Amino acid sequence: MAKYIAKRLGMAVVTIWLVATLTFFLMNLVPGGPFLSEKAVSPKALEALEAKYGLDKPLHEQYITYMKDALHGDFGDSLKQRGRTVSSIITSKFPVSAKIGGLAVLVAFFVGVPLGCVSALHRGKVTDNIIIVIATCGIAVPSFVICTLLMYTLGVKLGWLPTLGLGTWKHYIMPIIALAFYPTAYITRLMRSSMLDVLGQDYMRTSKAKGLSQFVCLFKHALRNAILPVVTYLGPLLAYTVSGSFIVEKIFSIPGLGREFISSITNRDYTVIMGTTIFLATLMVLMNVVVDIVYKLVDPRIKLK
Amino acid sequence: MSDYLVSIEHERLSFFTPAGEVKALNDVTFHIKEGEVLGIVGESGSGKSVTAYSLMGLTAHPGKLLGGTLDFNGHRINDMTEKEMRKIRGKEVSIIFQDPMTSLNPVYTIGNQIREVLKLHTDKSKAEIQARAVELLELVGINEPQKRLKQYPHELSGGMRQRIMIAIALACEPKLLIADEPTTALDVTIQAQILELMMELKDKLGMAIMMITHDLGVVASMCDHIAVMYAGNIVEYGTTDDIFYRPKHEYTKGLIRSIPRMDSKEHERLVPIEGTPVDMLNPPKGCPFASRCDKCMKICLREKAPVMHFSDVHYSSCWMNQKAELEGGNK
Repeated sequence: MAKYIAKRLGMAVVTIWLVATLTFFLMNLVPGGPFLSEKAVSPKALEALEAKYGLDKPLHEQYITYMKDALHGDFGDSLKQRGRTVSSIITSKFPVSAKIGGLAVLVAFFVGVPLGCVSALHRGKVTDNIIIVIATCGIAVPSFVICTLLMYTLGVKLGWLPTLGLGTWKHYIMPIIALAFYPTAYITRLMRSSMLDVLGQDYMRTSKAKGLSQFVCLFKHALRNAILPVVTYLGPLLAYTVSGSFIVEKIFSIPGLGREFISSITNRDYTVIMGTTIFLATLMVLMNVVVDIVYKLVDPRIKLK
Repeated sequence: MSDYLVSIEHERLSFFTPAGEVKALNDVTFHIKEGEVLGIVGESGSGKSVTAYSLMGLTAHPGKLLGGTLDFNGHRINDMTEKEMRKIRGKEVSIIFQDPMTSLNPVYTIGNQIREVLKLHTDKSKAEIQARAVELLELVGINEPQKRLKQYPHELSGGMRQRIMIAIALACEPKLLIADEPTTALDVTIQAQILELMMELKDKLGMAIMMITHDLGVVASMCDHIAVMYAGNIVEYGTTDDIFYRPKHEYTKGLIRSIPRMDSKEHERLVPIEGTPVDMLNPPKGCPFASRCDKCMKICLREKAPVMHFSDVHYSSCWMNQKAELEGGNK
């Protein structure tokens, strides 16, 4: 096990390096630059700025410098947010996104799994149809529509919840619902199909033939087998969701990492692009290792090599 | 009547599918005494397994019992609730399935899956249950039982897993063991071992066995009585000798012609039964076997043959017998 984890972490380093390298060169291929969008920058000032951040040097030199610094934990200063380092942006913004995202994933898991089970057990009946329709909507409707609808109904019309910012616990409800909507729908569908598959397995017939109650058949024998695809999905989902959603954060005015991620790209804030991408890649790779380990715990047939 | 352990009378069962009503069982009647081995033979879809599952109250979803009575060990299965059925499943009647590779839950240890039945149906303490689990594995001929209990199904071979299934089935010493093609998925050498084990355990524990198979060799060596099923009907019923030496139904005769014999001459060909099984959505009006029978007469297509008894236990429904009787009477 320890050997396996060490191996996976070694591979993770390679993956992250590849992601960083690709991002670095692709980002520089895109026309434009951090200081071009601002009006009335004199050529002299521009030159001075580029010299200050080392952007005047050849690309490969910039790459080597960046990688060296990154290895020492220095991800540089933001090119646009004067006086802020990339690390400080991530450490201040990530907790906000992680809190909302983490809660949203929890909601998605604890709502999606039971809904999927109920749906599978009532296959073809009214309950199943209702759940399927809602789940399909959840997958099809984009999050900005859900955000707006939530704001309009719960916030404006009913006045139950505050619409902007993050003050009290009430502020968290709408963003969490908005973030959890898609994954809940996805997990419901995933759980339904895998549960249907498991319910048709021979060992379910065996468990019934033993005289076990439906409750035990379902919770002991079916659930543990059926939940595997959900576990697989949960890893990347968690990585994505805790790193923040641009749309949800933008609409609800939440100071999270998701906004940083997108605006850094439109601003060509090179160092922030690199920092957030590496951060997301690391999170993703780690989550996948965690998923594999959880997988092994749930299903003894799986061998970690 | 009451001296039978299992008594199924005129059972009719259909599956209501979107395509229509599939008449899986049409008037099935048979009995099993305590400690007796009944073989049910027939091709796929003839209703063998459906009969067995209905006896355990395990009929799958669109299936519905339409008529007849099912009695088992003093219980009237028709009238029992699901809750009452659960009390006898795994305790008074157990089943082993065709494919041992998929019949055990892959995510739990063997021990967990054996102890589960004991916990459910007995008041034994934890230590007693553990001891019983070990004893059961020894009973079904598994070496190093302590170690096996901690293993997962995927760590064992097919034959071993079927032994485990038998151990689970026998955990509470049932009165009836239903074996639904228990050897079909196993190697030939393992098949023989498993059958031998079942017979040995039957003698030791005195349970009755309902042996569902399409392998006539299996029934010949094991069964006291044989029921031959075709398209949801029992077309012939009798002792093993009756079926093999005095078959009365054309389908039974066909089955016996289609198996290789030790004493056959060289280059002698096996005679297959031509044609395909009947469409159970639109079963024919007359004898279900008529379309494949080479002795088919006009009446076979029009009407079902009445049951004719040849002895107390040997009966069949085939117009050929009626004809033979009439011709015999005319002489």
